[in-house]
Amino acid sequence: MADIAEPAQAQQAARPARRGRGANGRLFYRHERLRGYGLLMPALLFMAAGILIPFGILVTMSFWTQTGFDIDTSFTLDNYAKAFEQPVYQTLILRSLYMSGAATVATVLLCYPIAYFVAFHVHRGKMLWLILLTLPFWTSYLLRVFAWKTVLGYNGVINSALMSVGLIDQPLEFLLYSQSAVIITLAHAWAPFAILPIYVSLEKIDRSLLEAATDLGDGPWRRFLRVTLPLSAPGIIAATLLIFIPTVGDYITPALLGGPDGVMIGNMIQMQFGRINDWPMGATLAIIMMICVAIVALTVIVGTSRLKARAS
Amino acid sequence: MKGDSYIDRSSRTLTLYAVLFLIVLYLPILFLPLFSFNDSIYIAFPLQGFTTAWYAQMWENPQMWAALGNSVKVGMATAVISTALGVFAAKAITRYRLPGQGPLVGFMMLPLVVPLIILGVAILILMSRLGVPLSLYTVTLGHLLICTPFAIATLIPRFEGLDPSLEEASADLGENIWWTFWRVTFPVVYPGIIASLLLTFTISFDEFIVAFFLAGTEQTLPIYIWNQLRFPRELPKVLALASVILLVSFVVVFLSLWLTNRGNRTLVQPGKDQ
Amino acid sequence: MTQDAYIRIENVTKRFGSFTALGDVSMDIREGEFFSLLGASGCGKTTLLRLLAGFESPTEGEIYLDGDPISGVPPNHRPVNMVFQSYAIFPHLDVRDNIAYGLRKRKLPKARRDEMVDEMLHLIKLPDYGDRRANQLSGGQRQRVALARALILRPKVLLLDEPLGALDKNLREQMQLELRQIQRTVGITFVFVTHDQEEALTLSDRMAVMARGKPLQIDTPEALYERPANREVAEFIGSMNFFEGRVTQADGQGVDLDVAALGRIAAPDGAGGLSPGQRVALAIRPEKIALSDTRPERGHAVRGRIQNAAYLGERSHYYVQLDGIEAPVAVSANNSAPVRHVPEAGEVWLSWPDEAMRVLAE
Repeated sequence: MADIAEPAQAQQAARPARRGRGANGRLFYRHERLRGYGLLMPALLFMAAGILIPFGILVTMSFWTQTGFDIDTSFTLDNYAKAFEQPVYQTLILRSLYMSGAATVATVLLCYPIAYFVAFHVHRGKMLWLILLTLPFWTSYLLRVFAWKTVLGYNGVINSALMSVGLIDQPLEFLLYSQSAVIITLAHAWAPFAILPIYVSLEKIDRSLLEAATDLGDGPWRRFLRVTLPLSAPGIIAATLLIFIPTVGDYITPALLGGPDGVMIGNMIQMQFGRINDWPMGATLAIIMMICVAIVALTVIVGTSRLKARAS
Repeated sequence: MKGDSYIDRSSRTLTLYAVLFLIVLYLPILFLPLFSFNDSIYIAFPLQGFTTAWYAQMWENPQMWAALGNSVKVGMATAVISTALGVFAAKAITRYRLPGQGPLVGFMMLPLVVPLIILGVAILILMSRLGVPLSLYTVTLGHLLICTPFAIATLIPRFEGLDPSLEEASADLGENIWWTFWRVTFPVVYPGIIASLLLTFTISFDEFIVAFFLAGTEQTLPIYIWNQLRFPRELPKVLALASVILLVSFVVVFLSLWLTNRGNRTLVQPGKDQ
Repeated sequence: MTQDAYIRIENVTKRFGSFTALGDVSMDIREGEFFSLLGASGCGKTTLLRLLAGFESPTEGEIYLDGDPISGVPPNHRPVNMVFQSYAIFPHLDVRDNIAYGLRKRKLPKARRDEMVDEMLHLIKLPDYGDRRANQLSGGQRQRVALARALILRPKVLLLDEPLGALDKNLREQMQLELRQIQRTVGITFVFVTHDQEEALTLSDRMAVMARGKPLQIDTPEALYERPANREVAEFIGSMNFFEGRVTQADGQGVDLDVAALGRIAAPDGAGGLSPGQRVALAIRPEKIALSDTRPERGHAVRGRIQNAAYLGERSHYYVQLDGIEAPVAVSANNSAPVRHVPEAGEVWLSWPDEAMRVLAE
């Protein structure tokens, strides 16, 4: 007995530095910690400076106003008032939340079976499958979106193919410059971000749990609903957030594929910094967008943990 | 074999779905090279015949070459700096248990989940308030913020596979920290370093959203492409360029992912006679 | 202490935060001996080894090697090498390069270096494995490479951190023999950490039994087994029956005890210094007790009832219940002795000679 238990414990003993951290800091730890922080510092300082300072100035600017080519730096909430009064901003924000929400749900639903397939049904060449599935993500986002434009375009692949085989006489106009075009493209472009976390959470599931469920009388579907799905929930949540958060602010896809109905808040923010040249308003919209995203993300996280708490 | 067990036995429906999924995943992208050889300025079926003219025209475009050069410069600087930062950070994260480490690392990973447009405009505002003119340097700065978390995330598994007693063994056998790093740490983690260099370079090379806000008069390649998209006449040349970029990206990323996976595997499964 | 201390550990205390890993430890290790540190995990044995290697430095106290204090010397400047528990074979180098790793600073001509590596490969009986990588070696082979890598530097002391822990039983026994053989061949002082008492008994010239950051007893394996200094050592090494009792009379040579289940009994005072009224434990090893159907003529004897018997091949173990104490007495009988009839259950006599008893202060 003791012989079996020993190696694991002995390894702990081999690193006594990790043990007995209690009350006040002690010399040895401080030493060891200092070295650790020293190594972490360059990246940490850079990231801290690169995140906190720009965000600070972004927040600050949202309280300023644009007067012609100058910026009036006196504090005001005018921009926020404008953002709530003018329906165009609300429409854009709600539409952005809806569109990336739809894209997120579609992506997760479509990708779950693939992640499941790779986790449970691929035995050789798992790595190859994973690489194949995530490879497109690493290539230019711009080009992938552009590719969809060639597919969905007025004279694009689908329309011209359908016309040349004589199924339609006129190009289908709803394909391009619509919300669904944007949603399809987003779902396609972000698929790898859904596959990976779901795959990881499925792969972690102890196979004997599934065998136990079967042994206790569950068929494949019940087993999936009662064991596999709940245990892969963390992966689903991660996938949801990883796709929803960045897509809300996307402006490439709506610009190339959205048309007037598909414009999102990202396009408006971009215009504020470009053609409209009202930077403080752009900063305000960026912050409102972030707050909305944070609220949705928190709702998802809190909601699922409530569900989990109720289940157990 | 695992494949014979009740749980893992294969399902035809799922396999079919997976194959379809792969096709849909790649098909839209594959239209780019297909139409880049099509002898027509319209991207439409039926195909009008094979030509390499678009490639030739693209090849002779000095603006494209300038943009490419800029992208390579930015990409290399980003790759080297973010990987260097990542090496130290990954070593610190895996080797030491630091108080507050979790939140600090989480904070550094923020750019992975913040909409990039926000990062772009925030840095743009900062630069303009500081009076720093937009240039390739500001683009590089933005790309470093995006790429450093990726570098850290790529390097951490590699450093986790580095048994701390290897470095102790080296010290025990007489080497100081620098020689230990050079003779043990670096050779063991170097596939991770290469993978990180390749990935961060690719991300920077392809990045558009942030670069769009931060580039001055010198364009990077994605910005050049974006500008070309407005002119329908230029589209076939863009297709040619896009095909080349896609091909190179695929090869580079495939290599680096393969390297990461293979490298980690040799560390994780020791002790097998071959 | 003695003149021949090669490593002298003087009042060494090592604290990690509020945790005291070693508390005021003093210990001498002699030149050329095979010295083991034996104890359960967390007893401080590994910490002591890491202090000797230089990966930790003492909070208080000093360590001398061959007369020189070494606490301030970093590990890469100590003439001390270590075989790691995980072996720490460099995965990116082949066996030859692993073994030659520490020779870089010696700036030897290549021919001389190759010759030294060959010698080592021979010593560890892996002459044809020079170009293998770590992941092409079995656990036992890695262990040998780790040994060669450390020995090639001719350290003054070789430290071994549970090097056999990861090997299976048969291989472990084979490696024990080889390790002992190699130590005799090279004549280097070995300090060996283990939690396996059998291993320590087999290998060591001397050993320290440690608990709670302190050595309980430092002696030869035989002395530790036959004459444990206290109950904890007696419990840790081998198995032991303890009978609680009280000293009624003591004269320096022997003591009279009043022991539950045994009654009044006279025993030698091994450790000395016992005084009347003191609570003690009378310790008797299971293999020193004989079983018989009738009361033997000589020695101490007591009657009991067999509760349980286990046949283990060369030996059999019996658990015998005595009147007046709860725990059964363990008896280990050698089955190769002339066959005797021992009932599977029922009444038996237990007997033992004077010298089998060891009186330990509580």
